[in-house]
Order: sequence, then structure tokens, then C-alpha cells
Amino acid sequence: MRLDRAGLIDRARPLRFTFDGVSMTGYQGDTLASALLANDVCLVGRSFKYHRPRGIMTAGSEEPNALVTVSPGQGQDPNVRATTLELYNGLSAESQNRWPTLNWDLLSVIDFAAPFLGAGFYYKTFMWPKAFWERLYEPLIRRAAGLGALNGTAKDKTYEKANAFSDVLIIGGGPSGLMAAIQAGRAGLNVIIADEDVTLGGRLLSDGGEINGAPSEEWLATVKSELAQLENVRIFNRTTVTGVYDNGTFGALERVSHHITDRPKGLVQDCFWRIVAKRTILASGALERFIAFANNDRPGIMTAGALRSYINRYGAAPGRTYTIFGNNDSAFETVLCLQEAGLHIAAYVDSRSDTTITGDFPIFRGAVVSNTAGRKNLQSITVRHDGGEDKISTDVLAVSGGWNPTLHLSCHMNGRPIWDELIQSFVPQGGAIAGMVYAGACVGHMSTAACLRSGSENALSVIADLGAKADPRTLPSAEDRPYAIKPLWSVASRTGVRAWVDFQNDVTVKDIEQSVSENYRSVEHMKRYTTQGMATDQGKNSNVTAMAVLADVNGWTIPETGTTTYRPPFVPVSIAAMGFEGAGKGFAPERFGSTHNFMMERAAPLIEAGLWYRPSYFPQRGEKTWRESCDREVLSVRNAVGVSDISTLGKIDIKGPDAAKFLDFVYINTFSTIPIGRMKYGLMLREDGFVMDDGTTARLGNTHYLMTTTTAAASQVMCHLEFVHQCLHPEWDVSLNSVTEHWTQFAIAGPKARQLLNTVLDEPLKDVQWPFMSCGAVNVLGVWGRLFRISFSGELGFELAVPSRFGDSLFRILIAKAEEYGGCVYGMEALNVLRVEKGFITHAEIDGRVTALDLGLQRLLSQKKDCVGKTASARPGLMDPERPSLVGLKTVGTVKQLTAGAHLFNEEDPVKSAYDQGFITSVAYSPVLERYHGLGFLRHGENRMGERVRMVDHLRDIEALCEVIPTVAFDPGGERTRD
Amino acid sequence: MIKLTAKMPFQNLLPLRIGTITLSDETPAFMTLIDYPDGSEAGVSEALKKAHRIPLAALNRTTRHAENRCIWFGKNHLLLGPEPDEALAKIARLTDVSDGYAVLRAEGKDIEVALARLVPIDLALSHFKIGHTARTLVHNMHAAVIRVSNCAFQIIVFRSMAQTLMHDLMRAMRSVDARASLLKR
Amino acid sequence: MRLICPKCGERDLKEFYYQGDALALHRPDPSAEPKLWDDYLHNRDNPTGVREDLWYHEAGCSTWIVVRRDTTTHEILSTEIAAIRKTSEEGAV
Repeated sequence: MRLDRAGLIDRARPLRFTFDGVSMTGYQGDTLASALLANDVCLVGRSFKYHRPRGIMTAGSEEPNALVTVSPGQGQDPNVRATTLELYNGLSAESQNRWPTLNWDLLSVIDFAAPFLGAGFYYKTFMWPKAFWERLYEPLIRRAAGLGALNGTAKDKTYEKANAFSDVLIIGGGPSGLMAAIQAGRAGLNVIIADEDVTLGGRLLSDGGEINGAPSEEWLATVKSELAQLENVRIFNRTTVTGVYDNGTFGALERVSHHITDRPKGLVQDCFWRIVAKRTILASGALERFIAFANNDRPGIMTAGALRSYINRYGAAPGRTYTIFGNNDSAFETVLCLQEAGLHIAAYVDSRSDTTITGDFPIFRGAVVSNTAGRKNLQSITVRHDGGEDKISTDVLAVSGGWNPTLHLSCHMNGRPIWDELIQSFVPQGGAIAGMVYAGACVGHMSTAACLRSGSENALSVIADLGAKADPRTLPSAEDRPYAIKPLWSVASRTGVRAWVDFQNDVTVKDIEQSVSENYRSVEHMKRYTTQGMATDQGKNSNVTAMAVLADVNGWTIPETGTTTYRPPFVPVSIAAMGFEGAGKGFAPERFGSTHNFMMERAAPLIEAGLWYRPSYFPQRGEKTWRESCDREVLSVRNAVGVSDISTLGKIDIKGPDAAKFLDFVYINTFSTIPIGRMKYGLMLREDGFVMDDGTTARLGNTHYLMTTTTAAASQVMCHLEFVHQCLHPEWDVSLNSVTEHWTQFAIAGPKARQLLNTVLDEPLKDVQWPFMSCGAVNVLGVWGRLFRISFSGELGFELAVPSRFGDSLFRILIAKAEEYGGCVYGMEALNVLRVEKGFITHAEIDGRVTALDLGLQRLLSQKKDCVGKTASARPGLMDPERPSLVGLKTVGTVKQLTAGAHLFNEEDPVKSAYDQGFITSVAYSPVLERYHGLGFLRHGENRMGERVRMVDHLRDIEALCEVIPTVAFDPGGERTRD
Repeated sequence: MIKLTAKMPFQNLLPLRIGTITLSDETPAFMTLIDYPDGSEAGVSEALKKAHRIPLAALNRTTRHAENRCIWFGKNHLLLGPEPDEALAKIARLTDVSDGYAVLRAEGKDIEVALARLVPIDLALSHFKIGHTARTLVHNMHAAVIRVSNCAFQIIVFRSMAQTLMHDLMRAMRSVDARASLLKR
Repeated sequence: MRLICPKCGERDLKEFYYQGDALALHRPDPSAEPKLWDDYLHNRDNPTGVREDLWYHEAGCSTWIVVRRDTTTHEILSTEIAAIRKTSEEGAV
């Protein structure tokens, strides 16, 4: 029922929405929960385990019951708390965990089986037979239990992450946080004040009251407008600080657009903030707790504070006849609230016999609510008092078991809260988070005046601490009533009648008792045995009660019982909010070379190499498979000429008087002795003796070298070189710079390579010039470039480099010419075939587990000098002759195919890992040899030429008989390269 | 004779504008890395001043004269604009990276807000003043970020990542613009 | 977590690459006995409390940094440029 009083809703802006398909009206400023209550919807969901009818219990993010599924646009959001979901026009929400409907839920029969379904029921019942678990039990449980679900459609929403920095982060925008913000803001500090509500105010929005002798709205409006005007203060509304991390880092979830009907394009759903703050003021308030009594979970039973929120803030009355049950003075405010709204109070039940409550309604002192009735909506309560029991008709029961400080964030770095007798709850431990102080209710200050005072004092200490100057003004005056409480955790009930503690996970007092009786006595054991506090609400308004009940059953005190560990996030954070930016193109940078457009024009399928996108092959008209294209490209290179973009190989420019010494130290072979204008293949080890990378390095000047690395290892090698320089030999004068991107480099390979090259060189090469492994400067169509005589294909080969801006232009010219000569552009597949035919290695072979010895490259290791990895590579295990070494393989049986990754076995041995002889690393179909050529590692490989081994590929189900052959299958003498 | 034609990293892609923010290409004709041995900093700075009228930039800073700029680049300096004078090469180690990087200018009222979505450092004017530079990340990319005015930044990334830089910036710009359009409702 | 790069200032963890114990600075002599090499390469204590590690400001200024931190409190006690530490140690020897 909507009350005819102000509140914070805008009655001029009605909003249409549906719940389970039924159309209703609410107002701007409503939450879904307040709008449902205003529409007299009391039953909103079914409980997790027993399918009990449930209603709205709170008015905040701690809500355990009122979870709904909303699906704006594509995809759907399950488990959205109706209590924090702002109403918008067209909102369509569905209740959860019921079948077929909320009102008529067939699975509610489970509730009648409850005596057999206590804590630990799963562990005991579904034990055997073993095979039943996967086939029967788990599907059954999954169907019966649970919350909302996804709908299997990808969302059309976007999310983002953002960074924010501040001197002071104030968590919570209630009286304490506001007071702290205004002080810190006036002192000129950079302030972020974050609050999960749609607007600042905290409990003032629900409880009103007076500040400075006037309605608190007036003070609130003044403070908000001053904060908005302070440029050094940023207000983060709808933002929940979810976690605390090292060195002043905080995670925070901002709900940006859940409440907006027509979202502008590009608007994100959530923003996940990483906030860095020098100091933090935790002003997160307190959460009202329940009391465990029989059947305390019926729709219509809610916390007293929530009831006041619905009536005062939203003008929504959840019923006609109200009863109140409390053990503390804060519940008194509910009376005033109901009376002002003209609502009928049927009874006030206070467990304290000395309660000071007075009023013209029935008051039960020293009494408790011992039971309730009404299945889908509360109908009556039973009050037990000295004189016996009374049954009282009521729609709504407001319960207050006291307030628990919202101290979660103070415990995210291992802090343990301390028990406070005065407020009968835990308060945060001082100094638990470096730089964090606590203000207001989160540290036990329960009156508005105390909160204002505490917010101000904490701000002043932070201001002084940061060396800023405070602008002291008098504190506003406000209500300063004492908060008197006498603990009441649970009300004893008849055997078999359940009293709920954790509503979301259906944990009852009986479950906790059972846990103890089965010796799961410690709080951490009880939690896991009963699943207390393990639902999406993380037990926000049930954990302390559960611990108290546990303490009672154990005969311990509450401090002795302790708490479980508080972990981030404070509220559920969707994976999308944290991960969306890493999806699709956001996952990693896409590196495109200067010839990328050409690749796309030629419809070359791209393959990722590190972050680079390289062409696999260049399909031509009529070619149906990649192999056809690849074979053609390979033959073109072998018979005419091919051009390939190999710019992605790492190029590291090394300069300085100690450049030669440096290279001798990072490579196993010697570079200090090569002449200027020459280049050499180099092998680099990790310090543990295994091969890190290989490549060629050219000497361009006396103190100037150019190193190349493999594409994918470029950044790893750079990191390694910097390590060697900075951490091992800072005394060496050498400069290391990546010039990978500056140069676009093309391989030109094939019998007609020189001929093709000469078409673009300003001064054509003569045969005697540029012998194998020489390098130097050339002019390429008027542009200064570098030429290297080198081959990764076994053909006469050059690599020509020009500044990248000319890459696209030169590539097109070279390819057009190559095509005239019967050659072509070739991609990674052909490049791979060409190198496999020649037995050249790549990171398929250098997989981090191989040594120079394994690769047959031990001869490169210079005995005259030290180098990284030299000592370790001589360890017996790395020199073991039993180690598999690199060999070539061809098929000799009926199966003609080789596969990379397949394992090798002796012909007669069983195919078992104990008999494993090695494995295949690279294979290629050679159109020249008209067979597959493989490279692999085989035990004693070098001594087994001509022997036969079995290749077994269990993944692809291929088995082939192979012969061990040399790695080099084409032009073993290397005549073509040196031509 | 056929001639090679140059193609710059942002060619045909910039400028563009979303909301209050404009992206434009500021890749200069020449970019040169300047390294030098320990202890020769003063001499290099002097030579740089003589040749191009700018001294070496201090840590996390830049220097400029007209279009010539020197940027502290982490382990060395990056000279943007002029073709380095030969005299400089005698005292410092110069490496031509004119085609190694892409330089983008991002300018507009909301640029700080947009960059807060990509850059994990505090870019507020009070901390990060005009002429300040940082080696940091732009989303996943290693970059140099320079504040060039109250509402403009230069971002330097590897040439190959020019399109990713635009992609990441445009996503942030769209988000910021969409939020701004909400406020106008 | 945030580290103070001696060159760039305080930065978020994600700009750094973690290498491991700072003993990597102390490469044994090539002829040192195998045990010394094993200790350098592989054998690591896992102490609680203060320790020194090498970090690389990979997404920043490319500086290798020695970080002293307390593994129990996660407090960063000091950071130092590795090359300077190494040079001063060599000078001391």
C-alpha cells in the first residue's frame, strides 16, 4: 500500500514495471522492493534449500531473500537484490527458485521432508553408490536447489574498469562519512566519498530526525551542495567498495546503468574501480540483525530498520497491522515512524523486562515472539511472556536484534574484529588496515550526534596526518540517545520447529546444534558443515547471530568463539565487471606490421605469433585447402623466388664499448671476433643451462651490433638482456634498444633472389658481393636500408630491411616483381615447411626443456669464455647421453603421415610411458621430397640413424612406422644457400 | 624510376572525435633514442642544447623548444622532431626509431576521465603537470604518456599497436561520452 | 599492491614483473663448486618476514629493482635500483 506522505519518491514520475509477468506501477526513486511492497506483493521468492515462501527482509545490499532475475536486452542478470535495484520504466523482473510459479511451487514439498534434510545431509546421504553421484544425485540437487540462472545468451552490455586516486577515501555517505568528507574537503584534500546508495545520506534517508534543530534533510541538502561545489571532492554514488588490497588499494563496484531504460550507446553496465588512497575513513555504518525464533522467515517479517526505510523513504507500507519485536532501544523509532504514518500497531514485544518503551498500544515487556503463522504471508505471531502465550494477528513483524557494525573491509587484510560488550557486537580492530580509521556506527557509535562527532574527529586526525590544515567549525547538533541493548540471539522453540539464522542458505538453529553435536564445533567448521554465511549475501545479517548461537551451544563466550574470515568482495561482483575489458580485442594488444593491409587484401588467414598477426598462406583462385597454397608457395621459393615479411622477429640494437663483451656473455658462442659487416648464428642459454632463444647477430660497427630474436621470445630476451646488464654487469657500458618496429624486414629467397633484389637496389649486387652471412647498408629505391645475406629456407637468401613507413610500398613492389619471375609471396606455413626441410629449429624445438647438446649444437659452446648458463649446462643431468636428441624422421610403413606432438616408441616395445623414446616437435609435408619430414627428440638419437621407431599419436589416433634420418632433408651440403 | 611511398601509422585513421575528445596524429618526422655512458649526461645535454636548443629532460619530464622535444623515456631519452645533428652522435649513442613508434595526441575536456579508464597512474593536473611524462601502461600496452596542455596528452606506443591504441581510447571515449549524455537528460 | 619505482615513483603491481629472490644478483664464479651454483639457481628458503626480491619495471622504465618487503605485513620497506646496489656491493668487495 502506498502511503500518502512525502518520502524520497517522485510521485510526478510513475514507472511501469512487471514482476513475474504482472504489470504494476511504482515511482521514480523506488527500488523494486519498495515498489513491490507498495503493490502489496509480499511473497517474492523461494528459499534455497527448502523452497520456503520468502518476502523482503531488508532495504539494502545485505538482502538475503528478495533475489530476482532481470533481463534487459540480451542476456540476463540473475540474483539481483530487489532491495538495491532501482526501479525504471519497463523493468521486468522474475522471481527465482520456484517451479512452475512462485505461488504454486511444487518443490515446496521439500519443506515437509526437512526433518531428513538437516545440515550435513548431502554428505551423509549421497555417499553411495559412487556412480550415482554424477548420474543422479548431482543433477537432482542442482535442479532442486539454487538461485537464478543465466539464459545462455551472451549479453549485449559493456563494462569497464577505471582508476582513481585520492588523499582520502571515505567509505560510506551517512552522517559520519558526510561529516568526514566535508572536513577533509574544506581542508583541501583530494577526497573520494563512495556510497552504495543512489544518493548520499545513509540512515538519514530512512530515519530522518533532526540536525541543528531542523529536519535532517536540510542539513543533508546543504552538505551535499557544498561537497558538489568542492572541486577536490568526488562523489561516487551507487558505488560499493568491495575489497581492500595492499598499500592503499581498493576495489569498488559502480552500478552505472542498471536503472536506466534507454541506455545511450557505449554506456557501461558497471564500472569496476581501482581506487588508490593515502588514507581511508571507513564509515560504512551498521547492519541490523535478526533474532532466531520459530518460523521467523515468513513473508512480512523484516528488520525494523527496513520497515522504517520503506515507510519513511519510499512511502510504502507492507501491511495494515504491525507488530514489533526487539531487544534494544533503536527499535523504538519504529513506533514513531508507524504512528506518523497512521499505521496500526498491534503489539510491541521487548525481550527486556526493564524496557523504557511507552505508548498507547499493547506492550509486552520481558517477552518474546515464540512462533508465527501464515504460509505465504504472515498472519499472526505468538508472544510468550510471564503470563503465558498470546496469539496476535498481524501482517508485518518488525524485528531488531541489534546492530552489527559493517566492519567487513577492516578484516580484508587478516584483521580480526573485537567483541564489544556495550553494543553486543564486533567492532573493527584498530590498525587492521594501514592508513584506515573508523568513524560512526561501523565502530559502534549509534546515535546521529556520535556519528557526526566521530566522522569529524577522524577527518581531523587524517587531515593533520597528511599535513593539511583543517577548517574547524562547530559540530552540528543532533539526536544523541543512548543505545541500550540486552542480547537476545534465539528464542527456544518446540522440538522440530525451525528458527532461521541464515535465510539465504536455509541454516537454522537446529543445524548449528547438530553441527556441534557432530563435533564440528569451531566456527570455521560449523560454517562449512552448515553452509552458514556461504550464500551470495555472505551472511551479512546472520553471521554474528550464528556465532552467538554456536557459542551458546558450545558453552563458550562469543569472543572465544570468534568469527570466520571476511574476504572480498563485500557485495557480489559480476565476472563481467572485472573481466569484460579483457574480452575480445581488449585481451591483448594486436600488433600489425606495415604490410598488414596487403595481407588482408590477399585474404591471407592470420595466425598469432606472440601479439603479432602473421599470414599463414596466401590463397589463390582455385586453391581449396591450405596445403595447396602452401605447397605452391614452397615450390615457388625452391624453383624461383619468394618474398615473406619477417619483421616480427625481435631486433635489438646493441651499442657501446662493451657491446662485444656483453654478447660473448649472453651467447654460448663468440661475437667479439666477427668482423664488421658479418653476422653469425647465436644460441642463448638461461642461467640454468637450458636454451632460451636463438637468432643471428650482425656486427654493424666496431661497437655496434644488431641482434635478432625469435618473434615470440623477443620481450623475454629483452628482459633477460636487461637483467644481465643491470643486475650482473652494470659496470659494462652498453645500450640495449628494441628497433623491431622501426625496421620492416623481408626475406627474399630462391634461385632468383639476387635477380629480384637487384630490381629494387639503387646499385645492383654483383655475384662476388655480399657473401653468405655478410651484411651492410644499401639504398632501396632511394631509401636507406640494410641488407643481410642469410637464409632460413636453405635457398639463396637475403633479408632486406627498410624503415617501416616504406614497408607496405616496398612489399607490393617486390611481390609484383617476384610474380613476374614465377615467384610469389609466402606465409608462415610455407616458411615452416622450408625450415623443417632444412632441419632448422624454432621454439617448437626450443621448448624450454632442451639443451644445446640435445639440439646437436654443443660444438658452438666456446671453451674460452664464461657465458650465461655455461656452468649449469655442464651438470651431469644435462650432459646425460640418455637425453633425447634432435633427429629427423620419415615414414616407411603404410601410414604416410607424421604428426607433431606424437610420441616415439621402439618397434617391439609396449606403448606405455615407461617405454617412451621421445616425441615429434615439428612436421611438414614437403612437396619437393613428396613426403612428410619430421623433427623430434629421440633417446640416443644421434646414434640411431636408419633405425625404425613407432610414432603413436593417441590424440589423433594415428600410428606410423618411421625411420630415423638426419634432420636436414633437403640440400644437405647447403650448396644452394652459398651459391 | 619507381619510388617508395611512405605510410604513417595513423594514416587514414585520424583525426577523429567522440564527445569532447579529439584524437590526432602527432607522429613526427624523426624520432631518435639517445643513450650515453654514465657520467656524460652534462655533455650530452649541452650538445643537445647546442644542436636543437633543448637540454636533456630530467626524470619523468620533457623539454621542448618549438617543435623539438626531448622526452625522458625510462632508460634513455627520446628526441622528437628534428633529424639529430651529427655533432650529437659524437658524444651520445643515437638510435633511429622514427618508424618504431606512433605518437597520438588526445585532447578535450574529458580526456583525464577517459584516460582514467586506461592508465593506472594519477593524471590529475595537480600531480601530472604540463611537460610531465610517465612510462606506464595504456590498458595492456607499454606507453609513454605526456601532458602537453591542461586538456591534452600525447601517447607514444609501438607503431604496430597504433590501431589497438585507437581501439582502447575509443572505447573509453564512448563510455565517457555516454555518461556525459546521461547528465544532459 | 603498489611498489615504489626509484625512477618513476609509486606504481601499481601490474606494471612490474616479478623475478624472485635478490640473490640472483650474486652470480657465483663459473668455477665455484656445484653446491654454490645449485643454491644460486634453485635452492630457496621461504622465510616469513623481511626478504629481498628482484622486480622489473617492465611496463615502465625497464629498471630492475631490489624490493625489501615483509611477507607477513605486506609492507614495502624499501626499493633500490639493482644496478646501483650491485655497483656499490662490488665496490665494497
